[in-house]
Amino acid sequence: MKAFAQLLELLALTPSRNRKIEALKDYFARTPDPDRGFALAILTGAMDFKNVKPAVLREVVTREVDPALFAMSYDYVGDLGETIALIWPHHGAAGELPSLTELIELFQTTSKAELPKLIASLLTRAEINERWALVKLATGALRIGLSARLAKTALAEMSGKDLQEIEEVWHGITLPYTELFAWLDGRAERPDIDHAARFHPMMLSNPIDEDKDLEKLDPAEFSAEWKWDGIRVQMIASRGRVSLFSRTGDDIAAAFPDVVDAVFGDAVLDGELLVGREFEASSFNDLQQRLNRKVASPKQLAELPAFIRVYDMLFDGQTDIRALSWSERRARLETWFAANPQTRMDLSEVLPFASWEELAQLRRTGADEHGHEGVMVKLKSSPYVPGRPKGLWYKWKRDPNVVDAILMYAQRGHGKRSSFYSDYTFGVWKGNEIVPIGKAYFGFTDEELKQLDKWVRTNTVASFGPVREVKKELVFEVAFDSAQQSTRHKSGVALRFPRINRIRWDKPAGEAATLDDMTVFLSAT
Amino acid sequence: MTPFLDRDLRVKPINAFIDPPQPQARAIITHGHADHARSGHGAVLATPDTIAIMKTRYGEDCAGTFQALEFGVPLQVDDVQITFFPAGHILGSAQVLLEHKGQRIVVTGDYKTRPDRTAQPFELVKCHLLVTEATFGLPVFQHPDPLDEIQRLLRVAAAHPERAYVIGCYALGKAQRVISLLREAGYDRPIYLHGAMIRLCALYEERGIALGDLRHSLDVPKAELAGQIVIAPPSAIKDRWSRRLPDPVLAVASGWMSVKQRARQSGVELPLIISDHADWNELRETITATEAETIWVTHGREDALVYWCQQQGRLAEPLNIEAYEDGEEEGE
Ligand SMILES: [Zn+2]
Ligand SMILES: [Zn+2]
Repeated sequence: MKAFAQLLELLALTPSRNRKIEALKDYFARTPDPDRGFALAILTGAMDFKNVKPAVLREVVTREVDPALFAMSYDYVGDLGETIALIWPHHGAAGELPSLTELIELFQTTSKAELPKLIASLLTRAEINERWALVKLATGALRIGLSARLAKTALAEMSGKDLQEIEEVWHGITLPYTELFAWLDGRAERPDIDHAARFHPMMLSNPIDEDKDLEKLDPAEFSAEWKWDGIRVQMIASRGRVSLFSRTGDDIAAAFPDVVDAVFGDAVLDGELLVGREFEASSFNDLQQRLNRKVASPKQLAELPAFIRVYDMLFDGQTDIRALSWSERRARLETWFAANPQTRMDLSEVLPFASWEELAQLRRTGADEHGHEGVMVKLKSSPYVPGRPKGLWYKWKRDPNVVDAILMYAQRGHGKRSSFYSDYTFGVWKGNEIVPIGKAYFGFTDEELKQLDKWVRTNTVASFGPVREVKKELVFEVAFDSAQQSTRHKSGVALRFPRINRIRWDKPAGEAATLDDMTVFLSAT
Repeated sequence: MTPFLDRDLRVKPINAFIDPPQPQARAIITHGHADHARSGHGAVLATPDTIAIMKTRYGEDCAGTFQALEFGVPLQVDDVQITFFPAGHILGSAQVLLEHKGQRIVVTGDYKTRPDRTAQPFELVKCHLLVTEATFGLPVFQHPDPLDEIQRLLRVAAAHPERAYVIGCYALGKAQRVISLLREAGYDRPIYLHGAMIRLCALYEERGIALGDLRHSLDVPKAELAGQIVIAPPSAIKDRWSRRLPDPVLAVASGWMSVKQRARQSGVELPLIISDHADWNELRETITATEAETIWVTHGREDALVYWCQQQGRLAEPLNIEAYEDGEEEGE
């Protein structure tokens, strides 16, 4: 405990980053296991241990010190922990303090009722600087201005190991980090981290700018795949355990036992979760139904089977291959698939193309005939980089679907738009009738909104509460991602992500789309 | 019994002030620190050491007349008897015992009861009314053994011999005490002095306090100061002066250094809790041992000590004397 107290004091008082690192290196080099592991956990905030409440400490102290004097002292010193350390009136009891490890164990195992007695006896045995460290430790409020990164930097400098490597290992090791220190001391191999235990941040793409990017990029350096309309997942299979993480790192394995149970082999894979039979992806709607449930029902498992379309590999078995190029990773992924036949995973197809024009053509037909969202374009020489690095992965979305629809109903908006009719239902012709196909409240300038609001007020034919029915005379150009058959809508069609592109003040309602026009979009799904 | 001392420490029967902050015709000076001794008084009564210190700091003619009074020798002035007893604070520091018509009053000035080779050791004086200082009058102030603090400094210096160790000290008393403690701890290498320290160290040596090999830091090449100890005013570390030192560590020697927040705020890397004042425990022990019925508390954190005295059944009150402020000597 003495060494740890000295370290804490030095860290608190030394402004220099390098000196802090020196002190940490010195401490870690000289302190035996498991003390140094616990110290590391405390310093990096990695340890969540049962703290002694300030109220308990206060009680312990005011049993020994007049409360009024304590209050005056606290007022002067300003820090509860420091006041207690300084004011404790009994010193010099025989015997050293227990080691850091023993101390932590004592705090963990002592009952609430016995805690005040324990603290009092420790404070009496402690030397002045130890007392300060002891109180800091007990309350868990170190506040010495040390970042976890600095502690790891010290470990890297002490051992000559790469900081990045230490960060990698960090998440997989457990207290008191004896295997970490054994590796850092050069007495053992790098700790064997079970990758099934954790999520690796994903690599994300940037939208391609057709006007600027394409002429600069050499198509020969890039590979292309379909952009699938599912959700991005990371599948981690290691030593018999399988995890399935969403892009945000949530484990969704429980909702997809059909996929998880069918995985064969060890790897960390990146892909798209889809629903469909025989690897034929059905609509996003179907997937949404599965996602809505935390645990899949037997009916859903039977009717809406899920699978993963895999497009990348982060770990091949236990080997981290993220630093390899996309081409090399793809080759290993294909080899892995050949060696580990799968029933609920398949490979995302690589699209051959020689020029950007050719890929643009593929993208259009893919969208029209198969409902793909577009294509992904990836630099073949690129490693797998977490985050959204520039210039490595692009998404090239298909042009949105557009339909001319007629305004039917308007509703008042919310918040700052609550005085405006800003929420619109629109429809298309079905014979002589107009049937609604969607609703949108999106994207006008304030000027347009005012015009539109005025038009609604002067063209109202009926009112139902906040909703006004208007003359069927105004045409909107509505863009949407996809159209689906729907029993909820009278038209039998539902649009995904509809938004109003522009107001066609110029277009007569008679020239708006018909329901028949919509079937093109439906067949694409 | 009505005290013959009033609350701004004027000895009424003889119209003499103790440590007056303003120039007075008659002044009794407990010790040479600027918040107690100032220039411009008419007649000054003090110990020979204190007079020497005053003359060194303020000049030969910093008072109209000086009368030296040795420790333990009573001086009768009209119907008041004045005797100095060592306060143990710095060289020549005295407590003042005033006797008048059977009433005994002691004004401690600044004091400490622990041994110090650079000051005459504290002597306890029983009295009816005790006027005590309270610089460290809070129970959080429990000074450790100063030799342990010095050992800590020497350990750090041995571990990092590439740096210079600047000990921030006030020039009168603290500097000489720290040097003396270093010698007591067996440190016999030269100790380097900032220019502001030289005059008073020389005075201490003249008056019989051996301080060993002292050198002016000015004449020494930077590289030679690696691993060496330099005594300087605490403010000097921020001056251009410190550039002549190799990667200096600021180690301030003061009772305030026990409060880490305070050390941290003032950029002290190595706080040394070495004080020339009584800590909370010494203050209480002294008050008890004097058997005084009435305690006047001045010069510091009066409230806590007054509260404690009252809890003990003594009459106690704070004096709230406006202190003579001098930045460098603050709190001495
Ligand atoms: Zn003073
Ligand atoms: Zn003083």
